[in-house]
Amino acid sequence: MSDIVLAGGLVAADAGMVAADVRLNEAGILAIGPGLDRDGAIVADCAGCWVGPGLVDPHVHLREPGQEWKEDVESGSRAAATGGFTAVVAMPNTDPPTDAGHLARFVAERGRQVGLVDVIPAGCVTAGRAGQRLAHLDDLWAAGVRVFSDDGDCVADAGLLRRAMEYLADLGGVIAQHAEDRGLAGGGQMHEGEVSALLGLVGIPAAAEEVVVARDLTIARLTGGRYHVQHASTAGTVALIRAAKAGGLAVTAEVAPHHLAFDHTAVLSTDSAYKMYPPLRRPEDVAALREALADGTIDMVGTDHAPHAAHEKDVPFEDAPRGVIGLETALAVVLGTAALGPADLFARMALAPARLAGLAGRGEWLAAGGPATITVVDPQVEWVAERFASRSANSPWRGRRLKGRARHALLRGRLTLRDGEVQW
Amino acid sequence: MMRHLLDIADLSRADLEGLLDDADGFVDVLARPIPKVPALRGKTVTTAFFEASTRTRLSFERAAKTLSADTMTFAPGTSSLSKGESLKDTVLTLQAMGSDLLVMRHQAVGAAQRAAEWLSIPVVNGGDGAHQHPTQALLDALTIRRRFGRLDGLQIAIVGDIRHSRVARSDLLAFAMLGAEVTLVAPRTLLPVNTDGWPVRVSSSLDEVLPSLDVVYLLRVQTERGGASVFPSLSEYTARFGMTRERRARLKPGAVVMHPGPMNRGVEIADEVADDPDALVLEQVRMGVAVRMAVLFRLLGGEADV
Repeated sequence: MSDIVLAGGLVAADAGMVAADVRLNEAGILAIGPGLDRDGAIVADCAGCWVGPGLVDPHVHLREPGQEWKEDVESGSRAAATGGFTAVVAMPNTDPPTDAGHLARFVAERGRQVGLVDVIPAGCVTAGRAGQRLAHLDDLWAAGVRVFSDDGDCVADAGLLRRAMEYLADLGGVIAQHAEDRGLAGGGQMHEGEVSALLGLVGIPAAAEEVVVARDLTIARLTGGRYHVQHASTAGTVALIRAAKAGGLAVTAEVAPHHLAFDHTAVLSTDSAYKMYPPLRRPEDVAALREALADGTIDMVGTDHAPHAAHEKDVPFEDAPRGVIGLETALAVVLGTAALGPADLFARMALAPARLAGLAGRGEWLAAGGPATITVVDPQVEWVAERFASRSANSPWRGRRLKGRARHALLRGRLTLRDGEVQW
Repeated sequence: MMRHLLDIADLSRADLEGLLDDADGFVDVLARPIPKVPALRGKTVTTAFFEASTRTRLSFERAAKTLSADTMTFAPGTSSLSKGESLKDTVLTLQAMGSDLLVMRHQAVGAAQRAAEWLSIPVVNGGDGAHQHPTQALLDALTIRRRFGRLDGLQIAIVGDIRHSRVARSDLLAFAMLGAEVTLVAPRTLLPVNTDGWPVRVSSSLDEVLPSLDVVYLLRVQTERGGASVFPSLSEYTARFGMTRERRARLKPGAVVMHPGPMNRGVEIADEVADDPDALVLEQVRMGVAVRMAVLFRLLGGEADV
């Protein structure tokens, strides 16, 4: 394979953003500097673009095994590459759930077969995601799992959560919690507030999330374990995380693009494209989440990419499954809502999630000798989200004009996305 | 020009009053020796009630037949729904069979809205979850207007399970739009979590508001919910919010009691109150046929002289 030169971009290096070329091959980054020699190299134009460490999504649902009509590792990898991602953490709520090592190995192996992005399996906290007893944590760890979650459901039993945290603290794993108190959520369909009252839909109060986060942070303090808040959705959650970090706890948090972009008034349409858990919250929550992502209280963006087939979503709101896709629109939405500069964008969408997922050699700024896993972001290009590489199209941005998109992506020196086209 | 009837909030005061005026005319038609007009001859009105109903479905069918329309009745219990057919395919099938208008009730909020998007024929919302039931609001407004001559300035209390009631959400909008002053009366657990911006007052004491009322509108206690998680017991509910004979006696002269049915006698309404001449429950049922005639006539563009 010949070398590749990423030419004329603004490069996210240790020293900050620098105007430079990057020359690389499968062994890694060869050089970073202005006006590099292009002899014998494939040149990828990066004019006007930000060149940084490859984006990582800490929260996706690839639906394989068990629900391949919605998505599979191949279509999900294509969607991820299209969105500029080079790695994704696949949530374990598959069928069967990823609660043992052989299941995690299957997901990772499918990712390697497709080869477009690193597919990092997350493992269940509890066996079968049933919330009754611990999953095969050692076995999952040995299979490379570093993030443990019953995502889709909350680990409700505080005693069980404590034991999981203690056990994983020895290994170094992190518990990622879908924070939702079942009693307070009360079978709700959307955020509890003036919109749910008007529509007559059962609401999920912000407190349903906040009581779990507050409880879990207390348990994290008790155990010394690592704790990660998935899809933070309320200003109260942000305040809890901010206070916990100030108190020195090993806590991280993610926010989903849809929670940065929409509030609960979007549900007035009763369009199921706006149905997800946690639900879209109040405008003041949206503002708090944007601010928290900008100031680093929220460490990272996780799309919670949740594909569902058209026939499953084309039903009344209450009958629709929860979740929306997000891999292909995340960059544009984050750029358009949180107003991050290039360094902060790569910090939130590449470095922090790479560290969470325990990706060896990732989680660092670009440097000669480092891995050639890179995303090139064009922050100015305008486009309309019409067709998706994902098998599903349940996106609230469908038909909307967006600004900002991945131009190129490289996985260990191989172009996986070139000029916006996935490279097979 | 109305294309569908989905939500009272979609109507202007003029729309509402126009429908009530038409309905007044249809009340006269219904009083004729042969209560039948040819206005919608050749049209087919289909009712699809995915949730149990007696009076609303029958009322629509009676209204359609009085206008000489044909009716088709979709019965979910015996249909392909039990074979897993989707709602979308079901209503598309009903349209393809030649329906000119679909009346739909469904347990999910926004279901009629979805149907209106899927179909090219007019859709009438016969109730969607706890959201809207617009013809109920029209018939209640007509009943009150015919009794008092107006809604402007009337004091109306809606009492009971507002939180889970599409009747309350529809009626309060229509009553307020027509100039009435509406008070919602219920314990906190049966009130919507947030009524900011609603054109209503809120009270937790029926006894406090009782003497000022022109209309007491009682909602059905959903005894099938058992009450367990929203109030302690049915008898405690009756003690605080039930329309007992004693409370009936404290209403001002001329005040009326209404109920959308079906009633739980002895819970939200005492026998003596239900059977009193000033209870308008059966009058509401009569007005229901007339307002549904007005709605069908308007949406199907009937032009014949009635």
